Amino acid sequence: MFPKGTKRKFSDSREEPVAGGEDVNQSSLAAVRMLSSYSLQRQSLLDMSLIKLQLCHMLVEPNLCRSVLIANTVRQIQEEMTQDGTWQIMTQALSAANAAAQCSADRLVATEVLCRQTEAAQGEQVPKPFPVVGSEGCPAEEVLEEEEAAAAEVGMTMSTVSPQAPTSYLPGTFGMDPCWEEEETGEDDDDDEEEDSEECGSGSEGEERERDSLVEDTRTAEQVFGTFEIKNPAPSPDPALEELFSDVDASYYDLDTVLTGMQSVPKMGPYDLLESLSSHGPSPLSSSTSCRSDLNELDHIMEIIVGS
Amino acid sequence: MGEDTESSKGNHSFLRDYVTEADVISTVDSTTQENLLATGDKGGRVVVFQRETVSSLLPPTSSHLLSSLLPLPPLLSQPKGELDQVGETGESGEYNVYSTFQSHEPDFDYLKSLEIEEKINKIRWLPQQNAAHFLLSTNDKTIKLWKVSERDKQPEGYNLKDEEGRVKDISTVTSLQVPVLRPTDLMVEVRPRRVFSNGHTYHVNSISVNSDGETYLSADDLRINMWHLGITDRSFNIVDIKPANMEELTEVITAAEFHPHHCHLFVYSSSKGSLRLCDMRASALCDRHTKLFEEPEDPGSRSFFSEIVSSVSDVKFSHNGRYLLTRDYLTAKVWDLHMEKGPVETYQVHDYLRTKLCSLYENDCIFDKFECVWNSSDSVIMTGAYNSFFRMFDRETGRGVTLEAWRETSKPRAVLRTRRIYTGGKRRRGDVGVDSLDFTKKILHMAWHPEENIIAIASTNNLYIFQDRVSPDTQGPDLGSDTI
Repeated sequence: MFPKGTKRKFSDSREEPVAGGEDVNQSSLAAVRMLSSYSLQRQSLLDMSLIKLQLCHMLVEPNLCRSVLIANTVRQIQEEMTQDGTWQIMTQALSAANAAAQCSADRLVATEVLCRQTEAAQGEQVPKPFPVVGSEGCPAEEVLEEEEAAAAEVGMTMSTVSPQAPTSYLPGTFGMDPCWEEEETGEDDDDDEEEDSEECGSGSEGEERERDSLVEDTRTAEQVFGTFEIKNPAPSPDPALEELFSDVDASYYDLDTVLTGMQSVPKMGPYDLLESLSSHGPSPLSSSTSCRSDLNELDHIMEIIVGS
Repeated sequence: MGEDTESSKGNHSFLRDYVTEADVISTVDSTTQENLLATGDKGGRVVVFQRETVSSLLPPTSSHLLSSLLPLPPLLSQPKGELDQVGETGESGEYNVYSTFQSHEPDFDYLKSLEIEEKINKIRWLPQQNAAHFLLSTNDKTIKLWKVSERDKQPEGYNLKDEEGRVKDISTVTSLQVPVLRPTDLMVEVRPRRVFSNGHTYHVNSISVNSDGETYLSADDLRINMWHLGITDRSFNIVDIKPANMEELTEVITAAEFHPHHCHLFVYSSSKGSLRLCDMRASALCDRHTKLFEEPEDPGSRSFFSEIVSSVSDVKFSHNGRYLLTRDYLTAKVWDLHMEKGPVETYQVHDYLRTKLCSLYENDCIFDKFECVWNSSDSVIMTGAYNSFFRMFDRETGRGVTLEAWRETSKPRAVLRTRRIYTGGKRRRGDVGVDSLDFTKKILHMAWHPEENIIAIASTNNLYIFQDRVSPDTQGPDLGSDTI
């Protein structure tokens, strides 16, 4: 599964190519493939967990035990990713985007994904702010897309990234079948990014395969994610909405909180989870106006995503 | 009842005859013994079954009601002749619907704009003290005490009212009579006697009646309250694990139970796999446990799902009060109250799922809460699994058996055959492959008669009752032989 005990011998395999010949390269490539599949699996697990946290019954209070368990799982993955250094990559990327963008950091999350994918085709590294915001852009989903942004960023170093990636990547992630029962035990990696760039061939292959298999989902996803685009690039927060949710703790949506500990996630007790779905703190929200109307679409969207 | 559409959503929170040692139900005198079984469903209804005694072994008049819950005719029973042969099983009989009532209605929390489901989470019978039976039933927020009583007599001959209760015309009354009690058809009356509301902010997952017969506890995700059965507007909070900052919440309470003999002891389990035994004599707020039962984690098998899989879904004291039985996702464990560092016995319920945890996480099955039960002599434990399978483990031999509660494969009064999951090696006929397991058919709720080897298994909206024909007494069931 995902044992944390064994330390990956990546540093060894990295140094070896210098001395060794093809055999070493192949073994390191295989090791790297294994490592990247582990990180992909871990990524997929993280995505799944975040969806689960977000997707809950609107009418009835969510099951606190389940939410806490999922949140703990997310935290565990986060800790591991922090150790790997993957988390730093993501935070750096987001803070870079932060500087570039007008809106606050967590708004950029959804931004990141799509702009990165488009940029990837052109080989650019710096993401442009893109006014696409998830209407349900509550932190869970935002972090979800952060993760994908990170993975996407890593994937960006691959030149073979398919240009049709943008919207297909997301469903690709969601639809990734966790078939890691057959996988060998993954190993910890010290430097995820480098290793991913090394295995660009195999990694992007995998992604492309997924994308190909989800071509029809792409179209659906485009329609689906198209609805996420906000009509008004910089709407003023709806005063009525703001007043209604004025007591929502804005720190809940603080990106740092979300990134470093998912600490606000367990706070999604009976009161908060529903709010997180239907509400957004006044500050981060540029799409709060459309979020309410999109709530019904959220169900539909999620069905599609999770169903795929 | 009779609403078959609703019965499909029956997800029985289940309980059974609650016969404590304090009760005087003599096994010798079978004619006065009433064995009751209660089920609660997602629709907020409670159905009480009664085991017919030999003397009243007539075709049940309420069988049509039973069939709406149980598409099969009652699975339990033996013809009278066989009973005589066995000898000691004088009172075996069919279970029939005794009473049905709507315990909870859907509610709405206006403050949070959230629905409160009417689903019955737990039912617990109180020890019987008089002719009436009392049970506690709870949904997410409110606990209710119901009185189930029989009436077989009715006063007749009122002077001012006629038989239907209408006021008589005085001019028609020519003589006075004394009203008399006349026997009528047996009627079962169910009345709510107490409503314990506003005690919980989070969802109530457990209720447990104390051995003192006066108090009971109710546990939600973060708090445990103790109530007096007679007082509805007050409860004592005895455990509170809510952190000051909800962002730091990492552990919730999953189940709680009072000790069967010591009215000051109770245990509660957590989502991290730990059990805490608390003594109410130590302090009013039992946040600090008296004993902490925790098995150290095996570092070699650690995975992202370790914690979820270790979450305890049910905890039960043994009848003798010396052991605890817990169920987590993959195992059932027996703990000795005197040893905190680990369980004394661990039983693998469905270890073949260990490699499927990710898929089970994806489809949420990993969060299923299975219950577990002891038999009357604490020699056998039982718990449910998927594909309508349930497992029984004999503690003396350590052997386990898999049985199936599925009407397509079992006929009434037929012997249950054991099932096997194919996990490698030689495949026998009838083995079920792991990939063909139906994860929608889960056996979560079950009960074991406190005295006899009669078990009740709830499978979605069906209730299966099985009895051990060979040794229906306090000894363990003869697994593999006649189990009806």
